[in-house]
Amino acid sequence: MVRFENVGLRYGLGPEVLRDLSFLIPAHSFQFLTGPSGAGKTSLLRLLFLSLRPTRGLVNLFGHDVSLLGKDQVADLRKRIGIVLQDFRLLDHMTTYENVALPFRVMGREESSYRREVIDLLKWVGLGERMDALPPILSGGEKQRAAIARAVISRPQLLLADEPTGSVDPTLGRRLLRLFIELNKSGTAVIIATHDITLMDQYEARRLVLHQGRLHIYE
Amino acid sequence: MDLGHERPQVPARARNLSPIVPRASISGRALVAVVAIMTFLASITTGTVLLVSASAAEWQSEVASEITIQVRPQSGRDLDRDTAAAAEAMRTQGGIVEVRPFSRDESAKLLEPWLGTGLSIDQLPVPRVIVARVQPGATPDLAALRARVMQAAPSASVDDHRAWIERMRSMTGATVFAGIGILALVIVATIISVSFATRGAMAANRPIVEVLHFVGAGDTYIANRFLRHFLRLGLEGGLIGGGVAMLGFGFSESIASWFSGTPVGDQFAALLGTFSLRPSGYLALAAQAVLIAAITAWASRRTLFATLDDIE
Repeated sequence: MVRFENVGLRYGLGPEVLRDLSFLIPAHSFQFLTGPSGAGKTSLLRLLFLSLRPTRGLVNLFGHDVSLLGKDQVADLRKRIGIVLQDFRLLDHMTTYENVALPFRVMGREESSYRREVIDLLKWVGLGERMDALPPILSGGEKQRAAIARAVISRPQLLLADEPTGSVDPTLGRRLLRLFIELNKSGTAVIIATHDITLMDQYEARRLVLHQGRLHIYE
Repeated sequence: MDLGHERPQVPARARNLSPIVPRASISGRALVAVVAIMTFLASITTGTVLLVSASAAEWQSEVASEITIQVRPQSGRDLDRDTAAAAEAMRTQGGIVEVRPFSRDESAKLLEPWLGTGLSIDQLPVPRVIVARVQPGATPDLAALRARVMQAAPSASVDDHRAWIERMRSMTGATVFAGIGILALVIVATIISVSFATRGAMAANRPIVEVLHFVGAGDTYIANRFLRHFLRLGLEGGLIGGGVAMLGFGFSESIASWFSGTPVGDQFAALLGTFSLRPSGYLALAAQAVLIAAITAWASRRTLFATLDDIE
């Protein structure tokens, strides 16, 4: 599903933040991406999400060489990827329900066709009573759950999550992990970038460890 | 995905979804004002050009349907006889429907405003005038006509007002050219204003664009969300500016009647006729307002795609 070969990344004329990354992300796989702060986890997620292009090496996503993709093709591939960012990126003028349903709206689906699905998921992540609330009045944890719900609602083939349990208590963290595991069981490849050792210890999965821009894989 | 026994049992009801790009996030009032002013200026320009062109065409058709012959007094020749001979020569020419020679008294009457009454015209070398009306659509052979008249009255000259018509054509052409120039400037100013407004709106809504990219929206989808706002703003501005201009032309006839009889009013009436726009003129102004709205949308779309390239 994802193949990196000798990938390097630098910002401008600065030093390489990612060096010689070579790895595969198989379909239906589950992995944690970890490493110290500044190791390049977010940069790697952005490469996987096609919001950055590598300065060298080959990135192949869903069978496409990303260096050859046009903007429309990038948009099409992103529909197959869900992403949860640390800063949530919710739209403040839309309710929680509308934020979560946004991927379906962009796909052009009728509201009646996805309404039940969105409400079910919001209930599942504990936002059933907050679906009409606007993001500015949500707590950090609620925003995080809304961002996760938005990322998983369209059942993407690949889910990227950057510190998805950083703003929630351990109980809710476990619940969200269960959501990711369920999503993985239904066929989505999951990559969770986290510092949280406790979270990683709760589920036996492959670990990708970034250190000083290089990647070490523990199967 | 299995949500297990926690599947909520809530009634699903239809929701009114918020627009993806909120209307309030686009500072529309200033843009509507700019488009309205531009449309108003464009409409006034077009309307004036149409009025001048229509009046000029009317004068031209009136003047072109007449030929004037002047018979000058010449020593040794009888002016009355020469005038009658020239008039007769005109009558036999094809394409002439009416020939009217001005008598000595009528000629004196024509000069009265300058020379006053009581002056004997016999003491002055005043030429006689013959006015011939040309059949509509006919083009008399002017060279043959001139030769025939000269044979009848050697001191006669034939004037078909061609030089005057040419000057009139030049003036009308210059007016239309100036109008097109002003319209071009108005359109360029509109495009620049709209481009600035679009860039401002895109900058204000950058987070929305980024999120839309995250959820897989293509540039066309995103541009269309903005475009509908700009098209609406353009139509609003066009409607206001074009509407006010049309009302202005609608009232201009009444306003002109208030000034009739005054020197200014008479000059305007002479230049622009009744000052009233024909129905086709109003249609042209409406089409122009729609065109400016379309230009607003086009300029906005062009800027949107250029700006989207810079936002990841």
